[in-house]
Amino acid sequence: MRSIKWALALAAAAITVLTFNAASAQGTLRIGMTASDIPLTTGQTDQGGEGMRFMGYTVYDGLINWDLSSFDKPSDLVPGLATSYGVDPADASKNKWIFKIREGVKFHDGSEFTADTAVWNFDKLLKNDSPQFDQRQSAQGRSRIPSVASYKAVDKYTLEIVTKSPDASLPYQLAWIMMSSPAQWEKLGKSWEAFAKTPSGTGPWKLTLFAPRERAEMVPNKEYWDKARIPKLDKLVLLPLPEPNARVAALRAGQVDWIEAPAPDAVASLKSAGFKIITNAYPHNWTWHLSRVEGSPWNDIRVRKAANLAIDREGMQELLSGLMIPAEGFMPPGHQWFGKPTFKLKYEPAEAKKLLKEAGYGPDKPLVLKALISPSGSGQMQPLPMNEFIQQNLAEVGIKVDFEVVEWNQLINIWRAGATDPSAKGGQSLNFTYFIQDPFTGFIRHMQCNLKAPSGTNWGHYCDPAMDKLLDEVRNSFDPKEQTAVLQKVHEKMVDEALFLMVTHDVNARALSPKVKNFVQAKNWFQDFSPISMGN
Amino acid sequence: MLLYTLRRILYVTPVAIGVSIICFLLVHLAPGDPLTAVMPIDATAAQQAEMRQAYGFDRPLPIQYGIWLWKVLHGDLGNSIASGRPVLSEVSRAVGNSLILASVATLIGFTFGTFFGFVAGYFRDSPLDKAASALSVFGVSVPHYWLGIVLVIIFSAQLGWLPPTGAGPDGSGNWRPDTEHLRYIILPAITMSVIPMGIIARTVRALVADILSQEFVQALRAKGLGEWGVFKHVVTNAAPTALAVMGLQLGYLLGGSILIETVFAWPGTGFLLNAAIFQRDLPLLQGTILVLAMFFVMLNLLVDVLQTTLDPRIQRT
Repeated sequence: MRSIKWALALAAAAITVLTFNAASAQGTLRIGMTASDIPLTTGQTDQGGEGMRFMGYTVYDGLINWDLSSFDKPSDLVPGLATSYGVDPADASKNKWIFKIREGVKFHDGSEFTADTAVWNFDKLLKNDSPQFDQRQSAQGRSRIPSVASYKAVDKYTLEIVTKSPDASLPYQLAWIMMSSPAQWEKLGKSWEAFAKTPSGTGPWKLTLFAPRERAEMVPNKEYWDKARIPKLDKLVLLPLPEPNARVAALRAGQVDWIEAPAPDAVASLKSAGFKIITNAYPHNWTWHLSRVEGSPWNDIRVRKAANLAIDREGMQELLSGLMIPAEGFMPPGHQWFGKPTFKLKYEPAEAKKLLKEAGYGPDKPLVLKALISPSGSGQMQPLPMNEFIQQNLAEVGIKVDFEVVEWNQLINIWRAGATDPSAKGGQSLNFTYFIQDPFTGFIRHMQCNLKAPSGTNWGHYCDPAMDKLLDEVRNSFDPKEQTAVLQKVHEKMVDEALFLMVTHDVNARALSPKVKNFVQAKNWFQDFSPISMGN
Repeated sequence: MLLYTLRRILYVTPVAIGVSIICFLLVHLAPGDPLTAVMPIDATAAQQAEMRQAYGFDRPLPIQYGIWLWKVLHGDLGNSIASGRPVLSEVSRAVGNSLILASVATLIGFTFGTFFGFVAGYFRDSPLDKAASALSVFGVSVPHYWLGIVLVIIFSAQLGWLPPTGAGPDGSGNWRPDTEHLRYIILPAITMSVIPMGIIARTVRALVADILSQEFVQALRAKGLGEWGVFKHVVTNAAPTALAVMGLQLGYLLGGSILIETVFAWPGTGFLLNAAIFQRDLPLLQGTILVLAMFFVMLNLLVDVLQTTLDPRIQRT
């Protein structure tokens, strides 16, 4: 009798333990990325937005992070490793910024993050003769912080950054810069190659396995400084699956639980098989960048407006199985910088023809244009059918478009070289995809007069002193609300003057197994994996 | 025999030099920036120039070739621009995986190809010949990229019998000959085997038909040799050519598996080349192409020597 009671007690205890473990075990999430390799793990990652999403904001933090907590609110900057920041009120030039470092933050190796650590990381990117300078990280990070002139640690928890000129967009630049652990680097013999295998950041995830070209595995950082963002999962696994059909097959076969960018023609079958297709607006723009050099027909506002009114954006949505948001401006609808432009991007071919007639074009004098496009490319969605759709729309109103199809990497070179470069072959339009998440990438680089090639990527050589004045105001508006108001004016001018052929925005589609729970897709290129758990 | 082998080895030297020049120049002819993988899209001209200098791309092409060749002769294929890892280690691992896949595919292709070829040749103009020929035509005609996707849809997505991607569980990059890993090689190997199967079947069919029509076969039968004995003579006479074709197919599979390896995410040279092409990773491209090309050259040498061993008449001609 006594032995039976002991056995029952032991069984109850075992059941309790197993049940407890089952309740607290939140599972392993396996993600199929579009990248063909694991992004650089040393801190300043590569592979563009996907690299920052999976290896930047997971293993690391910046002084300033993005708020990735909401599906429907705009995503903006929030304090990261700096609890507060702003222009030094005592500095009349407005070039000096003071950052208060968050106290008590530890790297994964246990060492503390301080102002000196931040300086060390800036040296890693900007100071060629520093022992920790890393060419590969510098290549990725240096161009993200063009405003930074100098920096120093005022005390253990105070960092000072001086800009080359007043630039209120500095926080957006700093959100790109990830902080690696100097102590870990020293411990590993001052080798970035060794650091890549066992990296150390302050982020919510710790990298536990790095197999190049195969997979990366991460586990939660239980000591993460933001307790609300300690991950719920047991493990996060990243797998490079660059071929879209292979990604879909891996999801359908249960090899992965989540895939980035499912092929549009696979969406219907994935949905019918019970998988979730998650989408959201985010600061992405698929557009035709218009040449404004002398002689370009795009210099006539009537032609630009006519082209914008000729595009059947709703019709294009069907072409992409619904995986797009028709453009209403350059920014996605609802974006905090959208403002209230008066020019409406509707499908009005009759109005388009009328405007072209006023501009002197018609059946006797057709408008003939050349557009540079690519058959594929990062963020380019489905460029060939989409561009052919636009070509057809424009032909219906009397604009004949010839394509110059170039390989994506070559298109990037042409974009960098500018519209007057021989490589553009006289093309008056260039189909490109833009990351438009901050004032520089969203507006300044496209439109500032002194950012034509080779100084920048104002491909079309657009120059308007009134716009330059607004862009200068953006840089000198240090109050976030004021800056937002100016950015809205910039956007309104862009749309009202139809400076681009504004077509569509991607929706950052991903396909998830029904087992994936609590994922909140933010309106951002980057995402937060902390709240996710795996159900049955 | 020894002299013949030495002569063949000597002929390989100018071929190897030519291959190295072509490997080096071809990737430079392609448009695009070799520093795409390491520079953000809107890097300024000054930043691009700095990076170009850091990686040595600002030097004249002949000097870049000389430096590269010198390193290659010392066993150094440089470092991948995208990953920073030595190209030799990346390629070695990938070549191993591709060799395994290509070998299994060639074996499957050779086995079924010779079987279909012998059946078709022995029973020429019969329904069996027509069926075997139809299968071999299917093998050489069907786009194997499409076939791979179809097999994945049926056997992975619908039936769940076989995994669709990778060389092992959890994206493992190292295939091992155990039960679990065997499941991962089945679909890519079958997909890859259809072309060599078709080619070998058609070659063997023609060979067998030709040999069977020769006088010595009639003489063997007239002397009372049974069909099994005749069959052995047919095999012996058909073997050198069939072997040569198999060797060439193995070489082609090693170099031409980029689509299959991408569809199945098989971590071989094709998958590596795909990544290198999209990233414009010149050192990785050059190193991988050079290794594959040299492998093909060596394979041809081996096949030539083996053929001579099997058929000494070839050496005398």
